[in-house]
Amino acid sequence: MDYENAEKILEVKHLKQYFNVGKSDEVHAVDDISFDIYKGETFGLVGESGSGKTTTGRAIIHLYEPTSGEILFDGKNVDSFTSKQERRDFRQEMQMIFQDPYASLNPRMKVKDIVAEGIDINNLAKDDDDRTKQVEDLLETVGLNKDHSSRYPHEFSGGQRQRIGIARALAVKPKFVIADEPISALDVSIQAQVVNLMKKLQREQGLTYLFIAHDLSMVKYISDRIGVMHYGRMLEIADSDEIYAHPLHDYTKSLLSAVPVPDPEFERARQEIAYDGDQENDGKERHLVEIAPRHWVRAADDEIDMYTQRAHEASLIHD
Amino acid sequence: MDNENNILEVRNLQVNFKTYAGDVKAIRNVSFDLRKGETLAIVGESGSGKSVTTRTIMGLNASNADIVSGSIMYKGQDLLKKSEQEMEGIRGQDIAEIFQDPMTSLDPTMKIGRQIAEPLMVHKGMKKDKAWAQALEMMKLVGITDAESRINDYPHQFSGGMRQRIVIAIALINYPEVLIADEPTTALDVTIQAQILNLMKELQDKISTSIIFITHDLGVVAGMADRVAVMYAGKIVEYGTVDEIFYNPKHPYTWGLLSSMPTLDSSGDELPSIPGTPPDLLDPPTGDAFAARNAYALKIDTEQEPPFFKVSDTHYAATWLLHPDAPQVTPPAQIVERQKKYAKMQQALAQAQQTTGPVEEEEEQQ
Repeated sequence: MDYENAEKILEVKHLKQYFNVGKSDEVHAVDDISFDIYKGETFGLVGESGSGKTTTGRAIIHLYEPTSGEILFDGKNVDSFTSKQERRDFRQEMQMIFQDPYASLNPRMKVKDIVAEGIDINNLAKDDDDRTKQVEDLLETVGLNKDHSSRYPHEFSGGQRQRIGIARALAVKPKFVIADEPISALDVSIQAQVVNLMKKLQREQGLTYLFIAHDLSMVKYISDRIGVMHYGRMLEIADSDEIYAHPLHDYTKSLLSAVPVPDPEFERARQEIAYDGDQENDGKERHLVEIAPRHWVRAADDEIDMYTQRAHEASLIHD
Repeated sequence: MDNENNILEVRNLQVNFKTYAGDVKAIRNVSFDLRKGETLAIVGESGSGKSVTTRTIMGLNASNADIVSGSIMYKGQDLLKKSEQEMEGIRGQDIAEIFQDPMTSLDPTMKIGRQIAEPLMVHKGMKKDKAWAQALEMMKLVGITDAESRINDYPHQFSGGMRQRIVIAIALINYPEVLIADEPTTALDVTIQAQILNLMKELQDKISTSIIFITHDLGVVAGMADRVAVMYAGKIVEYGTVDEIFYNPKHPYTWGLLSSMPTLDSSGDELPSIPGTPPDLLDPPTGDAFAARNAYALKIDTEQEPPFFKVSDTHYAATWLLHPDAPQVTPPAQIVERQKKYAKMQQALAQAQQTTGPVEEEEEQQ
């Protein structure tokens, strides 16, 4: 990715997403996070369950009213669309691929109707022939064939269903696709197929992805940049190679040290690094600071020197 | 028993499931041994038969399962010939299982203390007080903090990782000789997974149990297993020590599995993937079931099933590529790298042997 001339497609600014506000069980699912996504890149969002990564994805596509903060898509605030047309355009430009290929397809609809639902709603087909042709082209694009169009979801395997989900997302020609754990329900050999397909589609159609997952090795493989979330906060953002080779935040180090690697020698020597989540709750004011070029770490003012020191040691900064 | 080191011997196991569409041949002639104190990992995709294998050992198959042939010898007795009542005495006592999903494998209406103590009361006829006292000890052993007060809690009051610890506590309370762990960490986050895996290793040392570890995550296998069996379409296609499988794999399916998993340092545009999907076991193909997805398939693969070829005393693979008449093929790049590493390791081992004399038994087993 050439980030010098890259254009921002999405800007998340101080997003807060709280649930049960004012009640005793108020949850701060997403607590003041900010990040940008550039056109044509894949931004990976990783974190453990409960870290707020899925909530972030859902807030971006505006399935929730944000508690506070702004989400700008192509420069427009997704929370302030006034006309129906604006909202419809937004829904067309941003699409989602869901985690569970079994639950996310309506079992009573034929594949062609599932894929064409967005086409129908947005009036993207001139007539029935055009609609059929578009559906068949889409199925072909995702590696299925046109004979599949009149079948029902239960006739497909998990990997094939996920391909249908991808075809449905692409049907309305989106610019931006949120993929929430799109491969975690699939077998290892099938995961690689789906990831390759997503990469191919990105190259061909210039898509931008927000890829949410907990499988860190797969996220690294597909993403250009990665953001690490923990307890609803963004702790570190950097290029995927850099964040894996030189994590600066303790939590990222701990998370990466826990990833099992298919190499017995490595596994025998592995040392997990523990992370104490309480160190975040010492009452200090923290925000993302650019420690090295395009490498952001959530830090308090008096921690910046420490992270800068770490970046020096990892030769991320030279001066 | 063929070997006194074996605690479990599975021979020529064949299991079909009767369905309206016909018989699904889920397990097609599987044989393996489990040695005392070892961890044997069974890896493969969903539908390859790994869970059916262990469920057959536990006698927990669905009612439409038909065990066509085979034997499962445990301490000189064939488990397949046991009555349901006899199996009830063995399950949870000699052979226990950690189930995959900690959310559904606990009873939501029962205090966890009772769930952990239940196997003691059922199998050993222990009184409640004594059983609960032991349950408390076990809770501490598996690392449930503040066990004294939490023993009266219900499953929904625990997080996923803690629930899996409870499931482990239930499985281990009778110090079983054989522990079956069916994807015990698949539902958990990596950091919690690491804790649970470490806990299992620790407990294995403490109570010297033998583990059959089922998973599709090769990273977990690399860290847990002593030996590995790779299953495909109801058969074991390759087995060997963990080093042999990861650094010197011979079966093209093992090659595919290993290379389709990105490592933290893999990059590039295309991830090697295995094309297609596993075969339909209602009507398994003749010859090698993997042939249709195998870029290295030979003509004979579609005609005749490959037997096991010996690679070393501990390493066997069922692929015609190992036949002396088979053409030489170059495995995928990532596998070549792994084999280079293996050659180096072997070399280092040979050198160490020359300088210090024979390697001690203990080291070899690791």
